[in-house]
Amino acid sequence: MVRIIKYVFYDLLRTRFILFYTAFLLVCTFAFFQLDGDFGKVVLSLLNIMLMAVPLVSVVFSTIHFFNSYEFIELMLAQPVNRKSVFLSEYLAVASSLSLAFVAGVGLPFLLYGAWQPVATLMVTGVFLTWVFVSLAFFASVLTRDKAKAIGVALLFWFYFSLIYDGLLLWVIYTFSDYPLEKLTLSLIALNPIDLARIVMILQLDISALMGYTGAFYKNFFGSNLGILFSVSLLLLWIVLPMILAMRIFNKKDL
Amino acid sequence: MISINSLEKKFGRLTALDQVTLQLKGGKSYALIGPNGSGKTTLIKSILGLVVPTSGSILFEDKPILYDWKYRDKIGYMPQIGRYPENMRVGQLFEMMKHIRPGKQKVDEELLDAFKLYKIFDKRMHALSGGTRQKVSAALAFLFHAPVLILDEPTAGLDPVSVELLKEKIIQEKRRGKLLIITSHILNDLDEIATEMVYMFEGRIQYNNSIESLKAETNEVKLTKAIATLIRQRELLESVTE
Repeated sequence: MVRIIKYVFYDLLRTRFILFYTAFLLVCTFAFFQLDGDFGKVVLSLLNIMLMAVPLVSVVFSTIHFFNSYEFIELMLAQPVNRKSVFLSEYLAVASSLSLAFVAGVGLPFLLYGAWQPVATLMVTGVFLTWVFVSLAFFASVLTRDKAKAIGVALLFWFYFSLIYDGLLLWVIYTFSDYPLEKLTLSLIALNPIDLARIVMILQLDISALMGYTGAFYKNFFGSNLGILFSVSLLLLWIVLPMILAMRIFNKKDL
Repeated sequence: MISINSLEKKFGRLTALDQVTLQLKGGKSYALIGPNGSGKTTLIKSILGLVVPTSGSILFEDKPILYDWKYRDKIGYMPQIGRYPENMRVGQLFEMMKHIRPGKQKVDEELLDAFKLYKIFDKRMHALSGGTRQKVSAALAFLFHAPVLILDEPTAGLDPVSVELLKEKIIQEKRRGKLLIITSHILNDLDEIATEMVYMFEGRIQYNNSIESLKAETNEVKLTKAIATLIRQRELLESVTE
């Protein structure tokens, strides 16, 4: 498996997209530092970029990469190589190189400016989001043989989790505003990895005080060890579940 | 060596393989023939595990191949249309394949020499012509001394000199007692390299016997004529029964 990962990495480096992605994040982070010296505000600005851009880049890049390496996959599967290890090699190589790009692009400026605490959480949530959306993209890729269709499905995942879901959530909260909704919204948030990442991140910053009673409730929950365990395990579930589903489909796929 | 038991494969509504039962024995050379879309490539891909059958089973040395992969160490496969990572150089491709299948110490580079593929080692795959690509596929199939060789349209698109080189190589491997499965539409080529004939039509095996007995049955000397006669006889039979 290590041998196959090596070749996938080689192929990923050749496309240079990962390098562009790193450069983009570097430029963004440096620009925010130039605009404002306050680390808290820089982190907040980066958070907004991250919640939109990281899932989008992960989803689109992974799907395109999967279809571009179809020939490689076909070639490997006629050899004495396990299907699972081909799939896992592709998955691990894509997810880890995207995370590496994210950590390098965002982390480097902070290292230079010497700020650590809030950034650590930002890094961890960013890496989690990357893995979640690479999983979803691989799931979309094995569903169909058509590249355009797969990218469409993958983008739909992104749309749903970053825009549509929040709209639905707001509608629910607005309609049932006469009832105590803290627990319900808490569980609804768990169904969206982007929201989960956002809440975990915001609670690390001081601005959660602005969120009123709900904010206090969340802080109470997500601030505790149990809350951290809860959100991390949910995000892990969001990574593993689509990935295992995708691998199962891939194992039975005709090439 | 390979036994296929009532194998069935459906692609949606289309039945590509319909209750195929076939025994392939080591040391023999099978010609798999039939019109386009008769299921030859699907059968080959099923043996390789690239296509997962709807029902039925394939045993390789008495072990079912479903979800297994180690048995492919004993197979050399030359695809009909070789698809390779387009950005890779030819030399890198061979290096990679040796790296992925490290078990064999000595590789068989006879075809590499015969086709003079060393000269194009720094060319990228997307720059190769169809025939050169075919040569690369052939060299890769023979590279690992595999006891089973599956060749899907090996001579299509090759120039006459290369066809002769490849045929020589195939005959040589046949003499070494390897199991060969060859599909081709160029029946003259098969006459020299195959001993058994499997004729497929609409996903079913219509005829399976040695070429010798086929020629005897149809009173023909050449394989081309023999097969034409066979098909005509079948059609006649069918029209009578209908």
